[in-house]
Amino acid sequence: MNGKLKLATVWLDGCSGCHMSFLDIDERLLDVAALADLVYSPLVDAKEFPEMVDIALIEGAVSSEDDYHKIRHVRAHTRILVSLGDCAVTANVPAMRNRFKVEEVLDRAYFENATLNQQIPVEVIPPLRKQSIPVHQVVAVDVFVPGCPPSADIIFYAVTELLAGRTPDLRTRTHFGA
Amino acid sequence: MKRPFKTRVRTLKIDGIDVGAREDETILELAQENGIFIPTLCHLEGVHDIGACRLCLVEIKGTSKLLPACMTYAEEGMEVITDSERLTAYRRQVLDLLFSERNHVCAVCVSNGHCELQWLAEKLGISHVGVPYLYPQLPVDASHSFYTLDHNRCVLCARCVRVCDEIEGAHTWDVTGRGVECRVISDLNQPWGTADSCTRCGKCVQVCPTGALFSKGKAVAEMTKRREFLPYLQQMREGRR
Repeated sequence: MNGKLKLATVWLDGCSGCHMSFLDIDERLLDVAALADLVYSPLVDAKEFPEMVDIALIEGAVSSEDDYHKIRHVRAHTRILVSLGDCAVTANVPAMRNRFKVEEVLDRAYFENATLNQQIPVEVIPPLRKQSIPVHQVVAVDVFVPGCPPSADIIFYAVTELLAGRTPDLRTRTHFGA
Repeated sequence: MKRPFKTRVRTLKIDGIDVGAREDETILELAQENGIFIPTLCHLEGVHDIGACRLCLVEIKGTSKLLPACMTYAEEGMEVITDSERLTAYRRQVLDLLFSERNHVCAVCVSNGHCELQWLAEKLGISHVGVPYLYPQLPVDASHSFYTLDHNRCVLCARCVRVCDEIEGAHTWDVTGRGVECRVISDLNQPWGTADSCTRCGKCVQVCPTGALFSKGKAVAEMTKRREFLPYLQQMREGRR
């Protein structure tokens, strides 16, 4: 595809805030688009993850069976995997359920706090795993971008550095909770 | 500075620089005096050092052990190294273990942006925590009328214990248990709100490096701490002696 790099973004257990922050790079999206094609993302139409992408930005913790299988598939088909944001890097807010059993969490959501139609969904919704964990505890991660969400500037810096073939050093530019 | 005519001077090297120290001075104080950065977490100017957090570990020539700078006194001819790959690795490991041992959810913490643990992680270049998180089940004590204690954010630096004991003179706080079971407790391990010895002065809240102790009514990132009062109080007391 016209020699451009392939960029993907993946949405696991996160609030989509990291994707919003990615969109927040505004007109600089054109600069990114000049260097790469967004081949898979909640922001585009593709349904299947491509055979091989150069850079994948992962938002969210690994919480459900679907997350687990998806991230392993994505890892196998990605050159550089980026943990984008605190949920991917630390499991953050999704992990706050980890001290409770899955049944307790589901009870809380679908019975205690529901007034109508009290039932635990079993169709379409993937089952929760025992704990929400950071991406790097499931697959190898190449670059970590902490922040909740990382600022648009940080994301732009990280993506353009990666697209230029460099490894961005973000360690003192952003931090947990930033 | 109290009795300058009796003070003896030690000469030593920190990171290859010749420095002079009073004999009652620690490596940490000496380094800070000379503008050399050593990371600290439990250290708090105005109360005694206890060497709990191990972040200020330094290398000293002639011994294979790493020694906490806050608990090591300057000695004649010492050669101290405050920054090396080995030290950085250990310091990062200390932070990794602190992050994994409790539930530090920076994004929703009252102290987000004003936290010493968070700041140190950035300063020491922690991009992620390398060990699995423990996700312990820990209580939040909101029984006090002014303040809240959240064990999820506690790093066991014992600053609260020391300031309450040494400055306020109340000794409401103490520490119970060992290792991963270690907890800060008030009075006889009872809810803070029922601890009679507490004077509600709030010094513990102001010196707490994280969001473990905070004022009620503070939401995410709203809790800023003011600890300028401490060295001042200490100076006043020493002056009176």
